[in-house]
Amino acid sequence: MNRAINEANQAIIERIRAARPHWIGVVAAKEAVPTLAQGYKLLHAGPPISWQDMTGPMQGACIGACLFENWASDEKPALDLLANGKVEFIPCHSVNAVGPMGGITSANMPMLVVENITHGNRAYCNLNEGIGKVMRFGAYGEEVLHRHHWMKESLGPALNDALKLFENGIDLTALMAQAITMGDEFHQRNIAASALLLRTLSPKLALLDRNKTEMAKIFDFLSVTDQFFLNLAMAYCKSVMDSAAQIQEGTIVTVMTRNGKDFGIKVSGLGDEWFTAPVNTPQGLFFTGYSQNEANPDIGDSAITETFGIGGAAMVAAPGVTRFVGAGGADVAYEVSEEMSEIYLDHNMLLQIPSWNFQGCCLGLDVRRVVETGITPLINTGIAHKQAGVGQIGAGTVRAPLACFEKALEALAKKLKV
Amino acid sequence: MIQSFIKKGSFQDSVSLMLISKKLSNLDEVDEVSVMMGTPANKSLLTATGFWSDKFNDATPNDICVAIKTNNDSINVVDLISTQLEDALKNIAQQQQGGSKLLKARRYASATQKLPDANLVLISIAGEYAAELAEQAIDDNKNVMIFSDNVPVNDEIRLKTKASSKDLIVMGPDCGTAIIAGAPLAFANVIPKGNIGVIGASGTGIQEVISQIALLNQGITQAIGLGGRDLSQEVGGISALTALKMLAADEQSQVITFISKPPAESVREKVINAMKLINKPIVALFLGSTIDKVQDENIYFAKTLDQAARLACLLAKVEVAARALPKVTKQTISGLYTGGTLASEAAMLLAQELHLSINEDHDKGIMLDENGHKIIDLGDDFYTVGRPHPMIDPSIREQEISKLGAQKTVGVVLLDLVIGYGANPNPAESIIAGYKAACAQRSSDNPLIAIATVTGSQQDPQCRSQQITALTENNIVVMDNLPEAVLLAKKLITPTKSTGSLKSYPLLNHISVINAGLRSFAEDLQSSNVSVVHYQWAPIAGGNQKLAAILKKLN
Repeated sequence: MNRAINEANQAIIERIRAARPHWIGVVAAKEAVPTLAQGYKLLHAGPPISWQDMTGPMQGACIGACLFENWASDEKPALDLLANGKVEFIPCHSVNAVGPMGGITSANMPMLVVENITHGNRAYCNLNEGIGKVMRFGAYGEEVLHRHHWMKESLGPALNDALKLFENGIDLTALMAQAITMGDEFHQRNIAASALLLRTLSPKLALLDRNKTEMAKIFDFLSVTDQFFLNLAMAYCKSVMDSAAQIQEGTIVTVMTRNGKDFGIKVSGLGDEWFTAPVNTPQGLFFTGYSQNEANPDIGDSAITETFGIGGAAMVAAPGVTRFVGAGGADVAYEVSEEMSEIYLDHNMLLQIPSWNFQGCCLGLDVRRVVETGITPLINTGIAHKQAGVGQIGAGTVRAPLACFEKALEALAKKLKV
Repeated sequence: MIQSFIKKGSFQDSVSLMLISKKLSNLDEVDEVSVMMGTPANKSLLTATGFWSDKFNDATPNDICVAIKTNNDSINVVDLISTQLEDALKNIAQQQQGGSKLLKARRYASATQKLPDANLVLISIAGEYAAELAEQAIDDNKNVMIFSDNVPVNDEIRLKTKASSKDLIVMGPDCGTAIIAGAPLAFANVIPKGNIGVIGASGTGIQEVISQIALLNQGITQAIGLGGRDLSQEVGGISALTALKMLAADEQSQVITFISKPPAESVREKVINAMKLINKPIVALFLGSTIDKVQDENIYFAKTLDQAARLACLLAKVEVAARALPKVTKQTISGLYTGGTLASEAAMLLAQELHLSINEDHDKGIMLDENGHKIIDLGDDFYTVGRPHPMIDPSIREQEISKLGAQKTVGVVLLDLVIGYGANPNPAESIIAGYKAACAQRSSDNPLIAIATVTGSQQDPQCRSQQITALTENNIVVMDNLPEAVLLAKKLITPTKSTGSLKSYPLLNHISVINAGLRSFAEDLQSSNVSVVHYQWAPIAGGNQKLAAILKKLN
């Protein structure tokens, strides 16, 4: 029994190691996910959820998407549409996609296309809108919609055209290997990766035959959007974990995500089945004027980074964000990564961490180890205001709930008849 | 009311500043403080949160913007916050403190990965879980010390039997004290290194004996704990026997001290028989049991902890001295004393050690004369007719010593040297002269060893240390007292029993510890420079039996 499990897990680890995701394009969501082309459909973060159960940020983003798609002219008719069950909700994860925070993605929003050229599968994620009043945190005002239209009409196509000028898109593994040595853990901090990305894109962007003012706007946006790479990191991890999930045996977790109500995981040996438990609320540091009371419960598909083994598990790599875990700073960050390495089966030498004595990132989150030790994955996360429309109010960490891992373990036992 | 200021040209990351905001907001003098770098995004955030001040128009992304909400106008809040901000920034810079990290693990497997050479698992987790972990360690070829109590006796027997079959030791359960290869395990003391190996079924007993040993300026090699139940009828001293084997093979342990409460009779017999097979002097203390014998072959019985320590130290000194001297196996011992009582005690001690009988009539000062061994009191009337007492004029002894040169069967000469008022001003001179004359007639394969004791103080006119220096510079061994001198003499003439080659236990030479349970034990080991990993043990699956059972099958 254990031999079959270990062999399956080893095969998964090999697939994760072999994966080489490249960023190859930016397309409309309905092209990436054809089902979005017809009817009122929205992708959302986390395991399946109904409109009634969504928390503020996700509901706010739904309203924003309805307005963006011109399904409604105003907030009120949008709410009617949503509350009356006219809109179908699909988890991003069910269509090879991921979305940060609310994860709300509609047919005409631009999406990043990442192709794992080793295994041939693709993963998608919407584009990072920057910080402050942004749709992923539930904001949907004029300014938000304006930015989304600009991203759809200008930023997305420009990036897509620039990417076409590369032979095979952009090799994200190579870029991330550099960025991790520059202090990114790819969840709370992506500033180095975003800067490296802009450096790589610039010569091709400069070749595009477009209005100079428009290009300046694109460069300006990319130069100040520190988390731009996060969405790429998410698509990267999604493409890797989707290819790993094809093994369909073993005990390695292939999805971790949250919808503001439930935390959901998928496990290689259990196929597409969701195992869920109520989410925790992140603890962290808040922008002045906001406090823990206003924090929305844990939300977003971005925990795909921790599923792959970066983010919280790579805390030791990112001195810039270490103090989100407490007053101890670097020492605590080290402890976190050491603790996390207890629940992952291996290390990923493609992403070596200098401040961890060049140990590779964690690799292969094992449901068995989580249940055995009671150590739950630590997730680095942004904190949304629980009311729709306010946006991000801080950043911190949150633990995955143990119960979903316990449920998965019991299901494994049942499936394997032990 | 918002008060504000800008600190120019000081970049800080936003996390540091959020921490500082939080800290400053806690001050009684203010309602809330916002500290942010002057980036455009932050400026709009300051506006949105009601902290805007027009001063911030001038702030660049490299300047810190500080906004203070307060209605307190009795003090200068800007000055107060400015000072506090400076302190907080300084603290951030200093927060990175060093210090060596304690290696930690949350799973047994990762503990062994982090410390691949670990050879002992120190267990101080709840008793009901201790046996399972101990068994895992033994299966993994590691020695075990179980500090935990409330471990069922059947588990103890099973664990010890298994360990013993793999040449491993289980110390405990309920074993509070051990010092192995210099490593303090649980309750332990910092004791100088020496040549006494200690085995104990009593933790505080070990601690008292070893601290007495230290008081006597001697040291230890190892202190091996057994746990209070080891010498019971049920357990049968399994670990006691292993510990004896370990120390028998340990070259550094020249003397063994064994401490326990009264064992079961059959176990005591087993332990004593095992002791007799060891070619080392052993001090045995079975606390509280009535012992008729003082000595049985190489075993010296003590009645109290301090007596055990003193005996051990005496034997330890003898062993050290013996190892520095050539053996004179099968030769005889001759004692030439100037003090009558000294001669008498030497005769008594030697008779006891060699099972001889003493001359009760003391004819011609002869205190003992059997099997070639002879002890003479040269102060006897027979020798002092018409001449001064040898303590005043030592020439008669000088002649007797020199005569031993021709008596080739004598291997050791025991001597006294008495100083003080009334005595010869330099008795060492005469002893040295006699000894030199005797040695001149001996070859290197038939040496004559001289062992002296000195009676008198440092303040005496002849000065004790000067006399001793003179003797030792001329290869005459000086021991502190007669028991030491006699034991050394006996040791030199006694052939060594052959024990064959003994299996050595690597644990005693190098220890590397996985500590499961109390973190302070790991910290103590680390501070003693012992390689250690702290295994933050927790019950599998948080103690959920059902899940633990599944894991067992899936692992």
